[in-house]
Order: sequence, then structure tokens, then C-alpha cells
Amino acid sequence: MNYHGIKAIYFFEMNRTWRTIMQSIASPVLSTSLYFIVFGTAIGSRMVEIDGISYGAFIIPGLVMMTLLTQSVSNASFGIYFPKFSGTIYELLSAPVSYVEILLGYVGAAATKSVLVGVLILITARFFVEYQIEHPFWMVSFLLLTSVTFCLFGFIIGIWADGFEKLQLIPLMFITPLAFLGGSFYSINMLPPIWQTITLFNPVVYLISGFRWSFYGVSDVNVEISLAMTVLFLVICLFVVRWIFKTGYRLKM
Amino acid sequence: METVIKVEKLSKSYADGFEALKEIDLEINRGEIFALLGPNGAGKTTLISIICGIVNPTSGLVLANNFDVVKDYRAARSILGLVPQELSTDAFESVWRAVSFSRGLFGKPRNDAHIEKTLRSLSLWDKRDSRIMELSGGMKRRVLIAKALAHEPKILFLDEPTAGVDVELRRDMWQLVRELRQDGVTIILTTHYIEEAEEMADRIGIISKGQLILVEDKNKLMQKLGKKQLKLSLKNKLNQLPEALTDYPLTISADKLDLLYTFDAQSDDNGIANLLKQLSQHDIEIGDLNTSQSSLEEIFVQLLKDSA
Repeated sequence: MNYHGIKAIYFFEMNRTWRTIMQSIASPVLSTSLYFIVFGTAIGSRMVEIDGISYGAFIIPGLVMMTLLTQSVSNASFGIYFPKFSGTIYELLSAPVSYVEILLGYVGAAATKSVLVGVLILITARFFVEYQIEHPFWMVSFLLLTSVTFCLFGFIIGIWADGFEKLQLIPLMFITPLAFLGGSFYSINMLPPIWQTITLFNPVVYLISGFRWSFYGVSDVNVEISLAMTVLFLVICLFVVRWIFKTGYRLKM
Repeated sequence: METVIKVEKLSKSYADGFEALKEIDLEINRGEIFALLGPNGAGKTTLISIICGIVNPTSGLVLANNFDVVKDYRAARSILGLVPQELSTDAFESVWRAVSFSRGLFGKPRNDAHIEKTLRSLSLWDKRDSRIMELSGGMKRRVLIAKALAHEPKILFLDEPTAGVDVELRRDMWQLVRELRQDGVTIILTTHYIEEAEEMADRIGIISKGQLILVEDKNKLMQKLGKKQLKLSLKNKLNQLPEALTDYPLTISADKLDLLYTFDAQSDDNGIANLLKQLSQHDIEIGDLNTSQSSLEEIFVQLLKDSA
């Protein structure tokens, strides 16, 4: 194991985070605060409780999850796309590091950042609404698992993308809609039956539902299924990454 | 002599059928400076990129220090350093951080003293806290060299190290390369500046259209293919060669004041003595004379012409 190599990549990436602190951390926190002001405080005060939880508190897990997903994908994809774009990837490819080490460095740093953003949002939310965390262990587990999984997914997108447009495409066209429709702002039980069934094909539903369960002990779908779906997605991403490094897809000519 | 890099039947072809390298065989000796010379698009960078792990070979084998660069990539790569042709740098990073990163990436523990020494030797010490984007092109080139040297490689690849570099930096670079060689580092450089190969290399490989046409000791190459030319400045204009001298490979210059004689530098009897005797017999007076040896450039152009 090239520990120095992992450390070098990790801290290099973290340093990029601190350097671009405004985009990296401040802006997701700001935009989430806006959601709380609009949906939580302004509109939420006129909403009925969902599953016995005030609307403001109900949307917290969804909002954290939504930000976590978009941040993880964009952080991780940018982290590996930029060296490709600037040409500095030559160094990574010529270094004695295995793909597992490259992943630990890049995905580790991106996931750290995502978790940091998630925790900051939870702290920010505290200023707007009261909430409790019933299953802290599972809350942290979901937070970590989701961050790592979607950072891996972002890493794949960063390797696949051959332009800045493609880099933006996935978060914009897929992650945000899936997160919005995945029950960030509502319980899927509020939907007509046919849409409830369709919604079950949205993987984000399982993430948000599981995460919300860790807060309030209520969920739209079974928690075990939530967990299994997330792990399944993680494993799929791992296989794709392994294939990328084996074949050199979009990395080596 | 010990071989540090061994390339066997290395080929690279792309999906569109383009063959960048065709069955290259090459051995690099420990401690030498090897220049890979060739026109643009000849395959120099592809060859280096395969050895360093940036490009996958189509077939063939590369050993670095007896380690297969594909199977034992970790052992092989940790002794290789690469300075790429393009000025690809982390624009927003400081020089110090970028160079320290490279050391870590190659699996070496932190060593500030070594980084300092490297930066000083490249006149980058004063710029250590500058962001790379603020540096000039020449300085960026130095940063790339510092990054490649950060992990104390045993074999250094310099891909077109002096392309677009001013004279002063080029001299510095040559000096640095010689120092590295003294420290036992093997150096492989690609260039299309022939004077660079002539100035620095111990051996020269000439590559054209993906094939190594020749690998030879530099001095031997220059001797073997070197022609010398004797220029005789005449005191009076000479309109026509005397009958007796027409057998000599002589040409009269346009202003009819110079006589040019081409001969083989390796030949035992170069014919100069007889020529001079004949000239004086025909009352052709000589004011001055000098000889010049054909440069590597001329040899190179000749070789490429022959192989075309």
C-alpha cells in the first residue's frame, strides 16, 4: 500500500476545498438556509404535520440528503475531471499508485467534504427548527454511506466527462430531479397510488426514507431495503471503477 | 554495461489503425544520457509515455530495472521520473505544495530538505510560495522538473525539455542534466533540436514514423557519417578548373573566389596533400583555408531522407 500516495492525494484535494471554501462549503450551506426560510419557515408554518412531524423538521433529512447527493457528485467529478482537463493527470498515471489508492485519496477527500457540508447543514437547520435524531448511529451510517457511494458515482462521471457540459449534465439533469421527486419535501404516501409505485424506481427515495427514519423513526419504505439499495449502488460503482482502471477507459490512450 | 531500460518489440496502434510505434527494440544503459531524436509525430512521446505508464502498449514488453512496467508497475514506476512536454501544472497551487505532492504521490515520506535542495538547484526557491499560474513559462518548466525530481528517481525522462525555452534556461537545463548524471541518474531525453542531442547525449536513437532507424554512440555516429569540407579562399578569381583537377570533388563558389572540397573524415588518405600540390602546380594561389565537419543536423536530415 502506498500510504504516502493516498495521503498526498487526500490532502491535496482537501487543500483545494479550503482554497475554494466559498464554493465548497459556504454556498451549499447558504442555499439550504434559503430552502429552510422558504419551505420550512414561510410555507411550512401553513402546512399540516406529516407523520406527526412538523413540516419544517420533516424536510431536514431530505434537504441534507439532496445537498449531499449533488455535492458528492459534483465534488468528486470535478476532483478527477480537472487533472484530466489541465493535463496534470499524467503524474497520477505515471505514479506507483493502484486504483484503490487513487480512489481512497480522491473519493475519501470528496466524501469528507460532503459529510462536512451535511453536518454544517444540520447545524444551520438547528437555527430554524427543532429536530431530534432517534438513531444517531444509523444517521451517521447513512450519511457516510451515501457520501461515499455518490462520490464514487461522481468519480465515474468525472472520468467519463470529456467537457464541462457533461460534468454539469448528470447533477443537473438527474440528481436534482431525482432528489426533488424522491421525497425531500413530501412523504411519498401523499402521492396518488400510481405515482407511489413509479416513485419506487427512484433510488433516491430509499436514501431519503432511510435517512429520515434515523431522525424520526418513521419511513416511507422499509429501512433494510433502503440500506440494501444503497449498498447495492455502492458495489455497482466499485465494479465500474475497477473496470475503468483495468481498461484505462478515458484515462489512458 | 548494465541495462536499466529494456524495450522489446514494443508496438502501439490506435483504433483508427494508426501505428504510432512499430516493434521498437531498445536498451538504455545505466548512467547514460540517451537522446531520442526525431521529427514531430515520430513516436518519441508515445514511447516515453508507454514506459512511464501513461499509455497502454498494444504489444511488446518494457522492463525498468528488470521490473515489467505493466505487471510490476509499482516497483518500476517508483524509480522513474517524467517531465512532460506540455506545461501541465496545478495552476492554483504553490510551487512548494505541488512539488511536495509529487514526492508523496510516488510513495516517499516527507523530506523538506530534499525539496529545498531541488528547488534551489532549479532557482525556484524564491518562488516557493508563488502560485504556479503566476510564473513564466520557463519557470513552469522548472516546476515540472522539480516535481519529477521530488521522489529522487533513478531514471529521468525529459520530453522536449527545452522546447520554447530561452537560451539561458536551456544552458541551465543542460547543466542540471549533467549534474544529475554525475549523481548516477540515467537520462532519456527527446528532442528535435539536434544541437541539444549533440551537446549532451552519450548515445543517440533516431526515430521516424514509429520505427527506430538507428541507435549509435554519438561520437561514432558523427564520425561514421561525418563528412568534412575544406574551403579554400583564392587570391584570384577562378573561372574554370584546370583539366588535371576535374577528378577531385571540387566546386567553385558563385563569386569564383572559393573552392570547396568535400572529403571523408574517416578515410586514411583524404587527398588534401595531393590537391594542394596540384593547385600550386597550376599557379592557383590560396589566401586562406578552413575545414568544417557536418553537423548532426545534416546527418539527421540525410538519414531521414534515406529511410523515406
